[in-house]
Amino acid sequence: MAKFEKANSVEEWLDQRLAINKVKKVMAYEYWIPKDINFLWAMGMILAMTFGVLTISGIFLLMYYKPDVNLAFDSVNYTIMSEVGYGWLWRHMHGVAASLVFLIIYIHMFTGIYYGSYKKGREMIWLSGMLLFVTFSAEAFSGYMLPWGQMSYWAGMVITNLFSAGSLELNGLVEWIRGDYVPGDAFLTRFFMLHVLLLPLVIMGVIGLHFASLRIPHVNNQEGEDFDFDEEAEKYKAGKKKESKVIPFQPVFLSKDVFVMGVFMIFYFYLVFYHYQFALDPVNFDPADGLKTPAHIYPEWYFLWSYEILRPFSKDIGLVAFGFAQVAFFLLPFLDKSPNTKPAHKRGKAFVAWFWIMIVDMIVLTVMGKVPPVSPFNEIGLVAALVFIGLFVALPIITKKEKAV
Amino acid sequence: MREFKILAVVVFFSLVTYWGVEPFAHSQMHKHVEGDNFQYSDLEDSGKVGDAQRGANTFMSAGCIGCHSVESQGMAAPMDPVMAAGAYGVNPPDLSTAGALYDEKFLAELIKNPAHALNVEHKFDPAKGKVHPMPGFYGLGGDRDQEVADIVAYLKSIAPAEVEPKQAFQDACGRCHEMRYADWTQIGETPKFDSKQESLKHQLKVANYQDKLKDYMGKTPPDLSMMIRSRSEHFLSTFIEDPQSQLPGTSMPRVGLTEEGKDKVLAYMTEIGDPSKEKREAVGPWVIGFFVLFTILAYFWKKSMWRDLH
Amino acid sequence: MNEERRDFLGKALGGVAGIGGIAALYAAKRSWDPLPSVKAAGFTTIDLSAAEENVLHVDKWRGKPIFVLKKSADMEPNDRDIVIGEDRFHVSIGLCTHLGCIPAYLPGEEKFKCACHGGEFDTSGQQTFGPPPSPLVVPPFKIDGTKVVLGEAGPEYEQMKSAGITA
Ligand code: HEM
Ligand code: FES
Repeated sequence: MAKFEKANSVEEWLDQRLAINKVKKVMAYEYWIPKDINFLWAMGMILAMTFGVLTISGIFLLMYYKPDVNLAFDSVNYTIMSEVGYGWLWRHMHGVAASLVFLIIYIHMFTGIYYGSYKKGREMIWLSGMLLFVTFSAEAFSGYMLPWGQMSYWAGMVITNLFSAGSLELNGLVEWIRGDYVPGDAFLTRFFMLHVLLLPLVIMGVIGLHFASLRIPHVNNQEGEDFDFDEEAEKYKAGKKKESKVIPFQPVFLSKDVFVMGVFMIFYFYLVFYHYQFALDPVNFDPADGLKTPAHIYPEWYFLWSYEILRPFSKDIGLVAFGFAQVAFFLLPFLDKSPNTKPAHKRGKAFVAWFWIMIVDMIVLTVMGKVPPVSPFNEIGLVAALVFIGLFVALPIITKKEKAV
Repeated sequence: MREFKILAVVVFFSLVTYWGVEPFAHSQMHKHVEGDNFQYSDLEDSGKVGDAQRGANTFMSAGCIGCHSVESQGMAAPMDPVMAAGAYGVNPPDLSTAGALYDEKFLAELIKNPAHALNVEHKFDPAKGKVHPMPGFYGLGGDRDQEVADIVAYLKSIAPAEVEPKQAFQDACGRCHEMRYADWTQIGETPKFDSKQESLKHQLKVANYQDKLKDYMGKTPPDLSMMIRSRSEHFLSTFIEDPQSQLPGTSMPRVGLTEEGKDKVLAYMTEIGDPSKEKREAVGPWVIGFFVLFTILAYFWKKSMWRDLH
Repeated sequence: MNEERRDFLGKALGGVAGIGGIAALYAAKRSWDPLPSVKAAGFTTIDLSAAEENVLHVDKWRGKPIFVLKKSADMEPNDRDIVIGEDRFHVSIGLCTHLGCIPAYLPGEEKFKCACHGGEFDTSGQQTFGPPPSPLVVPPFKIDGTKVVLGEAGPEYEQMKSAGITA
């Protein structure tokens, strides 16, 4: 057993037993971040904070929500919205945060792509991030079932039907997922479980993995510069803060994050109070009715691009295309054959073009996924879907030709 | 500078996406319906000036109270709502507030030719043997337009000066629509019951009424508790003004509300379906103000932290 | 100077964040308050005219059992009784003032006995034996003819309250 001296303060007592000073150093005060970064590097902490906001507001919703097809709609729309003190606030906060979190996720992802932050030792950061994207998608989808409105019901119907896998007709699988022939009570209760227990646990675990995966390769920087972190840290500690290329996570990096978070919160609460329809779809304020499909059904905006990749094709091909869209971004570190870990504008015209075409294409897919499936939207959607697939086919080719800079 | 450029790019693409999935997509999904500002321009104005006193007599002679009650004048309903629904499909309205809620031209046309005023001629075509349950008024032998104008004047004279939003909703919509978040069914506000038997008896009455109503309308009209959030204000306004404009073929009749009456109905639907509206407006500025202050302080803190780094 | 300014800004930011936290806690507190519908349902009317002497009738008010006992002539009158005409009634919340069990009424012995820890009360609800520290609680009531409305405080109740004979 280790020797323990008498402690002179609570801090010292804790330090003897938990090494809190060491932990603080390793996790915060001497966790080194490059200095040459812009506000896009704050997106990760904004995501972490938004997850916190979702958890807290979710906990309050959970105290009055009832996962029962006969009670769910009224428990949300009557009890929470008009009876519970500030229940409306928790609900609006939860709904808007769930939508906004995806905007930030997409910004975070495309930041990574632009600066090449998934390459050369940073593959696990990217892969764990994509896992977070998938689990957040599942979390958002399961949450969307809970108010049991028309959109909940019909989204549940359509998405679970995807699991019949087209001509394979795995109807047994679809019924197994639902626990019923149609989305019903068993379905709602199990998706409730997924939404409030299993998936949040998985998300927390994967967030841990994501953070851990940052430790060894370190965070990337604006120029993709490769330097020795230990050396730079020594400079900083020696007081040569100007020359050093790094800053400590706490408090220097965080001070910038906190400012960006403030800006984000102003925007977020503006949406919560005055502009929430985009996140709380009006159609979902009609109670679920299994005998009537709403005139227009569409997923939440953040699923539209992959949904649109499914839409223009025949059933089987559509499913394959959809499956491809779901996993395509996982492959990025392996499809990018370039020797450079540099921001796009330094890597040459081909990759810059690839990047911006990808963004525009995904926005086109997103918009086409929402408008009614008529001409010319169908044709535009088809072209955009083909371009999306084409971009992934082209990536290894154009990156292989890239010259080292 | 660079940070601002990056921000501009991010904001630009976010806004384009927003524009695409919200205003643009919705403009493609819903046809645009221009309202008529509650003018009822398709209905004729006879130009006759009514006389309320004469109207009172005409009203009695025309036999209106064979089916309608006028509670404010002590004229009770001839049947209870369930029986009335059995006889007519839907309980005929009490006319105490009619003069205040409905448009004059609309009332005049309704008295003469109900199916036309209500815009349900697609359902009630005498040629196919389907007549509207309310018979048109053929006149008492004098100038029919004058007689009708008198009745309308009478209804206006007995109507209260100010109708509460709740009353407006109950009178104009409440015989066909439920509003369960306000304990309202088509046969009135649900009282508190001491015994299970009484409560079940009441539920049975409601169910019987709804059955009749369903036979008459083709489907049970939806509960309106949350409609204020599931439909846009523009949709509701134009729909109330003329249901056919938004849902061609619907069996919901034109209600004939004046613009003011419609505003009252919407105000009540907001009170029940979106009760947090006022609170949002009250709390919002404080929360946003808080974060503005927070952000300003955070900005200066950040600056002080980064000062000796460059 | 620079150091000081930095410290001050850090503290000010922390303070502002703290105020926000307190405001959020207030909203959280309000979310746990009983709902308006719960509060509105907090009234029960009991008709006393049907009660029989020395037979305990149990009703329910705000989820709690309510004892109604019509006193017979041999039972001692008490200021805690509700008097309607000639009749005297003992009305109380049927939860033992020790730790909240429901005492049973023993008509033969004319007393309440709590099975949990042996507490006893007389027919006026006063503790006579065992751990209960105080008499059974009389709920707020208002007399309305031969009925009492529980949840509303009438003059008779206010009087008991100011005399300190019910909690
Ligand atoms: C541990 C964290 C969470 C808890 C305890 C929780 C709990 C709940 C509950 C009880 C509801 C139903 C009430 C309602 O619909 O307003 C709900 C809805 C919802 N949740 Fe969560 N949630 C959590 C995290 C998340 C996350 C991370 C997301 C998305 C990324 C999310 C997305 C949604 C969505 C989209 C709805 C439907 C909102 C609506 O239409 O009202 N939730 N959540
Ligand atoms: S609870 Fe009744 S005696 Fe303890």
